[in-house]
Amino acid sequence: MSLQFNNEQMSEFKRLVARYPEGKQKSALLPVLHLAQDSFGGWLPTEAMDYVASLLEIEPIEVYEVATFYSMYNLKPVGKFVFEVCQTGPCMVSGSDNIIAYIQKQLDIKPGETTKDGMFTLKLVECLGACGYAPMMQVGKIYREHLTKEKVDAIIAEYRMQVVAQN
Amino acid sequence: MGVKLLLEKANVPGIRTYDVYRREGGYATAEKALKEMSIEAIVEEVKKSGLRGRGGAGFPAGMKWSFIAKPEGVPRHLVCNADESEPGTFKDRYLMEFLPHLLIEGLLISSYALGSNDTYIYIRGEYAWVADILEEAIVEATKNGWLGKNILGNGFDCMVHVHRGAGAYICGEETALIESLEGKRGNPRIKPPFPAIQGLWMRPTVVNNVETLAAVVPIIKMGGEEYAKIGVGRSTGTKLISACGNINKPGVYEIDMTISVEDFIYSDEYCGGIAGGKKLKACIPGGSSVPILPANLLLKTAKGETRYMNYESLSDGGFATGSMMGSGGFIVLDEDQCIVKNTLTLARFYRHESCGQCSPCREGTGWMEKILQKIELGKGESSDIDLLWDIQRKIEGNTICPLGDAAAWPVAAAIRHFRDEFEWHINNRELSQTSNFGLQHYADPIHVPA
Repeated sequence: MSLQFNNEQMSEFKRLVARYPEGKQKSALLPVLHLAQDSFGGWLPTEAMDYVASLLEIEPIEVYEVATFYSMYNLKPVGKFVFEVCQTGPCMVSGSDNIIAYIQKQLDIKPGETTKDGMFTLKLVECLGACGYAPMMQVGKIYREHLTKEKVDAIIAEYRMQVVAQN
Repeated sequence: MGVKLLLEKANVPGIRTYDVYRREGGYATAEKALKEMSIEAIVEEVKKSGLRGRGGAGFPAGMKWSFIAKPEGVPRHLVCNADESEPGTFKDRYLMEFLPHLLIEGLLISSYALGSNDTYIYIRGEYAWVADILEEAIVEATKNGWLGKNILGNGFDCMVHVHRGAGAYICGEETALIESLEGKRGNPRIKPPFPAIQGLWMRPTVVNNVETLAAVVPIIKMGGEEYAKIGVGRSTGTKLISACGNINKPGVYEIDMTISVEDFIYSDEYCGGIAGGKKLKACIPGGSSVPILPANLLLKTAKGETRYMNYESLSDGGFATGSMMGSGGFIVLDEDQCIVKNTLTLARFYRHESCGQCSPCREGTGWMEKILQKIELGKGESSDIDLLWDIQRKIEGNTICPLGDAAAWPVAAAIRHFRDEFEWHINNRELSQTSNFGLQHYADPIHVPA
């Protein structure tokens, strides 16, 4: 098996599993899938799910049925930065439609697509609990709130710069 | 200024850290509870306080605690429901983000009262940075002897663990939350057995909302009777309201439930009025699943009495002319908002979040979304309104968990109070694509305070 946690990831795995009583290690499945997704390029190939199943000593199907149920697990490759834009009621009445249209135009992609350079994916999501700070989107661990067109431009530029700085 | 019990210290610089929280009197109540009070006395104070579950259902918290089974040799668990996902609701996030130690203090007292040695905070997966804040606070509390073994020499062991969900509204339902905490899909369980008898890992379990558990701290600090004096009737204590939509000052406010809806919307201390000087059209006062009310029924009940921000007054008139306190997610819509479109986004939300176990919810939420989409796009037919009504009626009450009801109610209320707007969309297919029905519902001029 080529996909494996490195030492640091493995110690995080052990820390997560230790939160549950002995014999109840399946309870760690959701947190461990987050760890796997973060460790293996932002999505969960079947190989990663099988690896998690073997670590938790459960059947692969128990992992697949969970990974397909929850919206935060990506079952297809995604860009380096995923823009998850909220479109539910409170964001809609605060102008999320315009923000979604603007991001589509600026990145030249539709919801669910990734830019050709593999930098950005646009995903439309349901309520993220930031209704008072709408319109908003989640990028990785961070919420970007009170979005305007100018702010969207600045955020796109910021992530592009981040990648340039890393190279 | 109203009474502040939860957010009193929210603006103290550094209150997120243990040192500042402790300096401001934090953990003194936990000390009192563990050193001076019996378990029975703590439960009694919570019962006397009249505290009602702050997640949405409003069930008396003390009574819920008293249901927990105590079979010999079986561990019990307290689970904190931090899966805040009801559209319009973001109060628990605020509490956890700015006052993590208040929640942990509440968890400690409550865990002691319930006999939970391993307590879990189930937090929605998207609040990833909030989970980090909580983990940090747990480390600090453990280091300072408030969590761990033999706390304060009282013999009680307690550890709090953070468990991140992964994006599923349904996991806010307590049995779905338990399934998810066991590493499964969030499919609600059939009740009975109730979690108090067989919950997490089939052990006796109490699931309480973040705000409910934080409120245990002021209740134990001041005593249940004193707490019950705040507020009115069966709406005791304070309630966090997360206000959003077309208002000047969206945010999280603590209210003492004696304030009128009108004052809450228009006073500068709270929402600060409708943004851009526009008129109020409608409001969903308790999270997206509770009935939407047009402005006239929001500010005054059908009997013409002032409506207040509390459990009883918000539900005055039942679903015919009232709504619900729900989770405290207060969504305000101004005159430019389209009720059809707003209802469509909510119907889409519930279709997306249905777990798929029960046919009426799985199929019905999809049909409602499609029909609303059709009307919104100017392709509606006059029979569609009755069809929508029929579908929502067949979902409500016919599912394992309340998600079916939560999906049905917004559609029902929108048709009940705004049927003329739906008809206008259907009869003016082209016009509805470029203009707005506005405030035409009201034969009388809408009540707008000066």
